[in-house]
Amino acid sequence: MLNSTTIAAISTAQGEGGVGVIRISGADAIATADKVFKNINNRKLSDMRGYTAAFGKVFLNGEPLDEAVALVFRAPHSYTGEDVVELSCHGGVFITQQVLRAVIEAGASPAQAGEFTKRAFLNGKLDLTEAEAVADIISAKNRSAARAALSVKDGVLRRRIDKVKNDLLSLAAHLSAWADYPEEDIPEVTDSMISNTCEAAQKELEKLLSTYDSGQAIKQGIDAVIAGRPNVGKSTLMNLLSGSEKSIVTEIAGTTRDVVENTIVAGDVILRLSDTAGLRDTDDAVEKIGVERAKKRLEQCALLLAVFDNSSALESFDYQLLETAKDVPTIAVVNKTDLPSKLDINKIESFIDNIVFVSASTGEGKDELIQAIAKIAGTNQLNPSEGILSNERQRANVSAALRSVKEAISALEAGMTFDAVTVNLEDAISELLEMTGEKASDEILDKVFHNFCVGK
Amino acid sequence: MTYFAGTYDVAVIGAGHAGIEAALASARLGCHTAVFTINMDAVGNCPCNPSIGGTAKGHLVRELDALGGEMGKTADECFLQSRMLNRGKGPAVHSLRAQIDRRKYSEVMKHKLELQDNLELRQAEITSIEKQDGGWLITTQMLAQYLCKAVVIATGTFLGGRIYVGEVSYESGPDGMFPATKLAESLKALGLPLRRFKTGTPARILRRSIDFTDLEVQKGDEPPQPFSYETESLGENKVDCHISWTNDRTKQIILENIHRSPLYAGRIEGVGPRYCPSFEDKVMRFADKPRHQLFIEPCGENTEEMYMQGMSSSLPEEVQLKFYRTIKGLENCVIMRPAYAIEYDCVDPTAMRATLEFKDLPGIYGAGQFNGSSGYEEAAAQGFVAGVNAALKIQGREPLVLTRANSYIGTLIDDLVTKGANEPYRMMTSRSEYRLVLRQDNADERLTSIGHDLGLISEERYQKYLKKQELKKAEIKRLQSTTVSPTQELNDLLVSRETSEVTTGVRLIDLLKRPQLDYACLAPFDPERPKLDPNIIEQLEVEIKYEGYIQKQLRQVEQMKKLENKPLPTDFDYKELKGLRLEAQEKLNKIKPLNIGQASRISGVSPADISVLLIWLAANKGKPNGD
Repeated sequence: MLNSTTIAAISTAQGEGGVGVIRISGADAIATADKVFKNINNRKLSDMRGYTAAFGKVFLNGEPLDEAVALVFRAPHSYTGEDVVELSCHGGVFITQQVLRAVIEAGASPAQAGEFTKRAFLNGKLDLTEAEAVADIISAKNRSAARAALSVKDGVLRRRIDKVKNDLLSLAAHLSAWADYPEEDIPEVTDSMISNTCEAAQKELEKLLSTYDSGQAIKQGIDAVIAGRPNVGKSTLMNLLSGSEKSIVTEIAGTTRDVVENTIVAGDVILRLSDTAGLRDTDDAVEKIGVERAKKRLEQCALLLAVFDNSSALESFDYQLLETAKDVPTIAVVNKTDLPSKLDINKIESFIDNIVFVSASTGEGKDELIQAIAKIAGTNQLNPSEGILSNERQRANVSAALRSVKEAISALEAGMTFDAVTVNLEDAISELLEMTGEKASDEILDKVFHNFCVGK
Repeated sequence: MTYFAGTYDVAVIGAGHAGIEAALASARLGCHTAVFTINMDAVGNCPCNPSIGGTAKGHLVRELDALGGEMGKTADECFLQSRMLNRGKGPAVHSLRAQIDRRKYSEVMKHKLELQDNLELRQAEITSIEKQDGGWLITTQMLAQYLCKAVVIATGTFLGGRIYVGEVSYESGPDGMFPATKLAESLKALGLPLRRFKTGTPARILRRSIDFTDLEVQKGDEPPQPFSYETESLGENKVDCHISWTNDRTKQIILENIHRSPLYAGRIEGVGPRYCPSFEDKVMRFADKPRHQLFIEPCGENTEEMYMQGMSSSLPEEVQLKFYRTIKGLENCVIMRPAYAIEYDCVDPTAMRATLEFKDLPGIYGAGQFNGSSGYEEAAAQGFVAGVNAALKIQGREPLVLTRANSYIGTLIDDLVTKGANEPYRMMTSRSEYRLVLRQDNADERLTSIGHDLGLISEERYQKYLKKQELKKAEIKRLQSTTVSPTQELNDLLVSRETSEVTTGVRLIDLLKRPQLDYACLAPFDPERPKLDPNIIEQLEVEIKYEGYIQKQLRQVEQMKKLENKPLPTDFDYKELKGLRLEAQEKLNKIKPLNIGQASRISGVSPADISVLLIWLAANKGKPNGD
């Protein structure tokens, strides 16, 4: 065993869901669990085989805390490869925290962030890319995300990266052979040879990078703000999209005082949606703060849902919103289409390209709105099964490779010698090789000897 | 009956390019040293091309010279023609190559060994090395026994040498010398992992039988540059080389006779180098190539032997004559020495540390072709490091470990001991990731102080080097602070060089940064300029023009250093780390890298494996052996 300490942590997201799981892992995991968990039939967990469950109660300082199910895993057949007990109790921050405290008082150490996965990894249960892809599938909140995560494992992304990498490798090999074998009749390397390859690589890498943002919109969500003057129906719209009663819906203007956040799934896109206080002058001190915050949110968001009331004419605050919308990706949402129209639609069109008509109360226009959101998030262009960058590590490699390719292009344009350009190309290659888990220098030499006839 | 013949601090087996540098370095460091050669006339022999240097190899020679090695100086003394290769391709890949008089080279080197204090040059075949109290007991074929504190094995292609020419095959060293037939058994008994490599050489052809009329002439540079920082001037180039081409008929003869190649007939088991294929290899592997180039190089001033670079072969002698005679200029050629392939024993270099001492045999070092490399320069570089380390160890001093960050020599050795060699290893510029920092022009800047600290660079030369550095620094400062006005003359120059004009005063250093301009062309606008050594000008121009790249590579060096500062235990069984892939576990257990940096360079250890090692190190802080 690599590490003798037994660790514990709450392994479900805090505050989410009806069940909270406290995971204990390590050589003493089962003994530790026995100290806090009393099986209803008095059988000790340490007498149980792996892959078995028991029902009972969890105690802290002799006091019962909650009912719980204990799952026993025996090494190496567990997530971490160690002995593991998972205590499933009722969710909720307080209860799960108390159960964890009981476990720690019984001798476990609090796990560091990612320590379970780290142990799984060190015990050979997962490899790095697998770990990433699996984590992505598990955390996938919608269909596209799941498909994208699978495509990394299937190697669609790998094939796209390989194509760029192989083109750069062939060029670097040509440059190496040309430099290391000056007296062999190796074809001259020309400026246009280098620039053609580099520009093609740049294009593809940029394309991949752009998928990252869309991919993140699918996986992580984008920051969106819903704004409009009081009572245009922002909260109802948000509830329509999210399907829950997060914002307080009343008839009194100014009900929503602060930025209310909610994560909702609109088609393939996750929106981290802030419902803002209505934009209006107010004397109410609390509401004033809310209005300020709303403005700030507006300036920073990736998507603005500007809501207008179909049943009333544009007011000064609507104009203010239209002004703001010029600088932010915006969808004009004309609400209350179930009521007679008094709105100057042409005016809105002169400020905002994307207009969607909905009735938040009847649900009409919801699909159109979701499509419009997908368009802005770029996910409508995105075919997740074409392979997209799905995590920060991959993005960092691709963007560093892109930087090096661009440096090669500008070095070439500036008239730098090819030895310098070669260094840029090799930097790009080594980033891509790192991404796919290979090595640089050997690859280039292998290619030299494969492609060129050199020797004494 | 064996007899006890004496003791040495260091014994060097072999007096080729590796053995020479090992012996000289050891003796110069004050160790009582012996160097054994199978044939006194084979000291410093060049059994293949009559030249020293070439791409990346020129770097090695310059570096060796900066450290206090002998190859550069001797090559300068024996030079026939010198060229800086890759001019125009950038300073990182500039490489010096000199045609040399090979007999003279051998004679000069032999004489230097003979004159060296603390050094004894002896003709003897070493037949065994055995462990004994106080060191290693070596035995000669004449049954003399010497007790030595350290032994450097530099056996080249002599060890278990076997020559192949078509169907003919016999035990032999290079150039018709006796092979060393007994030592390999003794080395195996010591547990050294030996294997077979092969290499080859082209024919030598009588100059008078070659018609040079229509051949392209290749001349040397004027003035030719020396290798050594101590050589003031070389004088004039003494010879020309010539270029010819093979043709369809040459290819035809190869194809008709390929079944007679010992390689294609499967008679050779040794692994040959991809970069140095025989001519028949080239024809077979690159079948669509209609013709191949060949260089005709003189072997010396007092010989009519000409070396056919590019045409090595192991086909039968009669086939060789046939295909050589298809080549323009060689229609009536007379072969003086036929081409041949030679197979020999060498060691798996991963059994060594970066000091070139065997991990399991303290006091035994390896160098040159024995370590799986190829080339005179690669051999000399390793010989120097092995000889220096043998001496330092005996004297209780810190070992010399050159790094990838300071030299091609360090890169070469790190590659050998970390990645191993599946074929004879040749140095190439593409093997260095820091090649804009490790240039042939600044070898002195990188290594002179190390040579001086070792005691192999004289105080006089060191002071000269320091002075040079000062002059360079001062000149860069002056270029930074000198502004030239935007005169018509200046703008005329800028336009003629296809770079943008200036409208305000501009610093000289900013003009020099432009790739289109050089130090020389700015002379008319820089009347205050001091008279400087051309090498200083070369260095400062490169430093100024490539500043961005150099800085970037220096940052990469720093990053690598961080990884190299994460030590790994050498007594850990990596099989316990289940997160590592099986191949990585095996490779790590074999190499036992000293740190994460070295581990990251082992082929078969992926970045994901390195993540496992890093996480494991972090998880086991304070417990280097795991638990």
